Amino acid sequence: MSHAAMPNELFNKSIAELAGLLAAKTITSVELMQAVIARTQAVEERVKAFNSYDTDDALAQAAASDARRAAGQSLGALDGIPIGIKDVIAVTGQPLTASSKMLANFVSPYDATVTQKLKKAGAVIWGRLNLDEFAMGSSTENSAFQTTRNPYDLDCVPGGSSGGSAAALAAGEAIATLGSDTGGSIRQPAALCGVVGLKPTYGLVSRFGLIAFASSLDQIGPFTRTVEDAAILLQSIVGHDERDSTSFKTEIPDYRAALKEKKGPWRIGIPKEYFGEGLDPEVAVAVQKAIDYYKSLGCEIKPVSLPHTEYGVGVYYIIATAECSSNLSRYDGIRYGHRSAEASDIVDLYFKSRAEGFGPEVKRRIILGTYVLSSGYYDAYYLRAQKVRTLIRQDFLNAYKEVDAIITPTTPTPAFKRGAKADPLAMYLCDVYTIGVNLAGLPGISVPCGFSSGGLPIGMQLIGQPFKEADLLAIAHAYDSTHDWTKRTPNL
Amino acid sequence: MKYEAVIGLEVHVQIKTKSKMFTRVAAGYGHPANTLTDPVVLALPGVLPVMNKAALDAIIKAGLLLGCEIAPVCKWDRKNYFYPDSPKNYQISQYDQPLCLNGAVEIELPGAARNIQGEHKKIALTRIHLEEDVGKLNHEAFDSLVDYNRAGTPLMEIVSEPVIKSAEEAYAYLTSLRATMIYGGISDCDMEKGQLRCDANISIRPVGETKLGTKVELKNLNSISFVRDGIAHEIKRQIAVVESGGTIVQETRDYDGMTGTSQSLRSKEMAHDYRYFPDPDLMPVKVDAAWKARIQAECPELPFAKQTRFQADYTLPYTLASVLVWDKALADFFEEAVKLAGAARAQAVGNWIVNDLQRELGAAKIDLADSKVRPAHIAELVKLVDAGTLLSNAAKEVFIDMSATGEMPAIVMAKKGLAAAPTDTAELEGWCRDAIAANAKSVAEFKAGKESAINGLKGPIMKASKGKANPKLVDETLRRLLAVS
Repeated sequence: MSHAAMPNELFNKSIAELAGLLAAKTITSVELMQAVIARTQAVEERVKAFNSYDTDDALAQAAASDARRAAGQSLGALDGIPIGIKDVIAVTGQPLTASSKMLANFVSPYDATVTQKLKKAGAVIWGRLNLDEFAMGSSTENSAFQTTRNPYDLDCVPGGSSGGSAAALAAGEAIATLGSDTGGSIRQPAALCGVVGLKPTYGLVSRFGLIAFASSLDQIGPFTRTVEDAAILLQSIVGHDERDSTSFKTEIPDYRAALKEKKGPWRIGIPKEYFGEGLDPEVAVAVQKAIDYYKSLGCEIKPVSLPHTEYGVGVYYIIATAECSSNLSRYDGIRYGHRSAEASDIVDLYFKSRAEGFGPEVKRRIILGTYVLSSGYYDAYYLRAQKVRTLIRQDFLNAYKEVDAIITPTTPTPAFKRGAKADPLAMYLCDVYTIGVNLAGLPGISVPCGFSSGGLPIGMQLIGQPFKEADLLAIAHAYDSTHDWTKRTPNL
Repeated sequence: MKYEAVIGLEVHVQIKTKSKMFTRVAAGYGHPANTLTDPVVLALPGVLPVMNKAALDAIIKAGLLLGCEIAPVCKWDRKNYFYPDSPKNYQISQYDQPLCLNGAVEIELPGAARNIQGEHKKIALTRIHLEEDVGKLNHEAFDSLVDYNRAGTPLMEIVSEPVIKSAEEAYAYLTSLRATMIYGGISDCDMEKGQLRCDANISIRPVGETKLGTKVELKNLNSISFVRDGIAHEIKRQIAVVESGGTIVQETRDYDGMTGTSQSLRSKEMAHDYRYFPDPDLMPVKVDAAWKARIQAECPELPFAKQTRFQADYTLPYTLASVLVWDKALADFFEEAVKLAGAARAQAVGNWIVNDLQRELGAAKIDLADSKVRPAHIAELVKLVDAGTLLSNAAKEVFIDMSATGEMPAIVMAKKGLAAAPTDTAELEGWCRDAIAANAKSVAEFKAGKESAINGLKGPIMKASKGKANPKLVDETLRRLLAVS
């Protein structure tokens, strides 16, 4: 059974378009929500993007939005737009599972800051999207519940860890979604599913209410159909939050306005370290074409060097696992979450609850992180990794003395088949181009830039300067608004 | 063989803040279980800590009061270990960069007698750091229940150098430290409420030996007296073990203050690896000079400095000064009254406060703040007595009345007709002459230089006057008559 979804259907439209239709009262939010629900019910069995969704709740939110609009009290571009939420971001009264057996029955009693902000903007909070357990993975195959499929090829993975967020959007099951990105978990699935995915500068978006994987790397960001939509959604979730000590006090510009105001030409850097061995030729060609387009706009294309790139994956798997080993200690079966029925005493309760509640990849990372923090190994691993992390950040800052942004492929290859990367190390290398951005705390965006001969999406990554999302979005928009890759939809 | 003890104390002091260390929920004691909680205290998925600046103010104050160096940056680390009273299974603490370094606690050892001031010493501190308290386990018949009300309360760990030499010194150390914390408004240090908790590391060695002996950690010392008794007991125990040819095992022992015995909790062979690392959820906080200066301005004078000053400025005897200074409110009350009464009457003021006022407060079971007696009452009372208007017994009666009513002494005196009758000097002189004539022995002793012998004459005069003779006039008249007789 195949639904050839037409691009002009409501569920495939951008936020910007739908906001116009809603404002003009051509459609209602309830109609939009109904279209998204119908689409979801038609394709979800194959896509498996959602851990759960609540149609009654979503329709009630949509009706409330319509009532506001009728009363002349619309809250703006997001009012009445269904936004899917990765199942690591807290929504009051909704499950919060991290796709883990550990939290299979956990319901959040509180809202994440981004959730509050979306609600304030009138968005319809729509569903809980699948991920690799506790955001650890690059394919959603580590979900304890289900593996999400790539809407462009159901035998392929959607990427991860925010695979549900990317696939739901690509499949028309939401108008935009939120994900989280620790080493590429927004940009990599965005590239593999043919949508736009933005990882903001570390500290721009509050992490309060985001289930922590690696605190110094995690950042929430939007998945959207266009760069313009990314600007709209980003606008609603940014800002200093007194509940997150790592959130940054900074002037917030009008991102959407910046798309028009900032016209370039820009100086764009090409790091040779990101175009070497392991890069799929079709991906290389697609990214090169995008580079050529920027050149045609009058941009200066400059080779830059990020000499510590090769240490990125190693450094990442020390820092991220160290932090996660501590962050995940709270899942102990005492106060909430999975508790083993077999335990005989307190130590046994810890061992059995965690053995039963966590999947193999989560356990692998907890063990690795516990090891690198252990007395006698701390200096050799964690401390050294932190030093190299500083060098990696310095590489980028040096490059930004000469360029405004950096272009790389988002991923070495297009989407791969389920089960193709059984070796954890092979899976870790999926993030080789995205990890540096997290280590350096920079903003990065993946923008669709072509399709493989097999019909799979290809993404390019644009990396910006700290807190200069407005410039990064403008550069991405210059390409995205003149190409129609993001208007394509999968044949589901 | 003679042995000496080497003792180091680890004291945990809860900081008296309105809210917890890393979240806004209230801190407190005695509330129904698990009511002082929120998602942060319970470590729900996704929550983050935010530092309570008032707690940082308090530890800076503690550091300044104890003469510590204050670190330029407040840095947070995670101490990882699993235990059900720790909701995150890590404790946010300070590992390699404690906020306060060095410093000392001044102590006063007991003197040879109650009215003789003992030796003063400074007990060096290693460090003070800030952390969060854990919850409490309540063990039931078949279950253990956790109460997270205490979890996340700001907690200071104050670590002394191993330089304490006896149970008495440890007692003096805790008494002084506790007073310092209370003076600074940092903590109420109520040990019954767990606001001050003490662990002691104790070892012994032959006198003259420089190497430290194997240490034993003593836990659950839940009153300052138990700390003293527990340490004394442990020193005796260790000496007995060594003298009977045994060796001290490194272990943690639990001292039971009720029975005066201790038992081994665990041996220290399995050292914990807490896997400390900087907490990525909390940014380091700069503590600049302006911050320190602001706190310095709030630092009160400490008890020993006050004691020395009272003895010097008001010529108070040690017995009075040492009682007045341990309670800041009492000391402030005293100084206020002295200001009104005049420094020359300071000792009389002190006597009224320490003897009569304290007794009244104790009988009524109220705090000084709730008493109707204010410094102005004491000052006026002392002046009336000094002027001879109120005689001693009448003054006591006035005091009791004004404690109950809050009326000023002069008004009570008038109301009750307690003013001393105008003195008939001829009558008084008669009583004095009679007393001199009848007590030749006292007269002789006085003339021989025994000053106190004059009191032997005053008794009969008071008796003859039925207590109405003005003591000041009696004294003057006696001296005048004795000088010429």
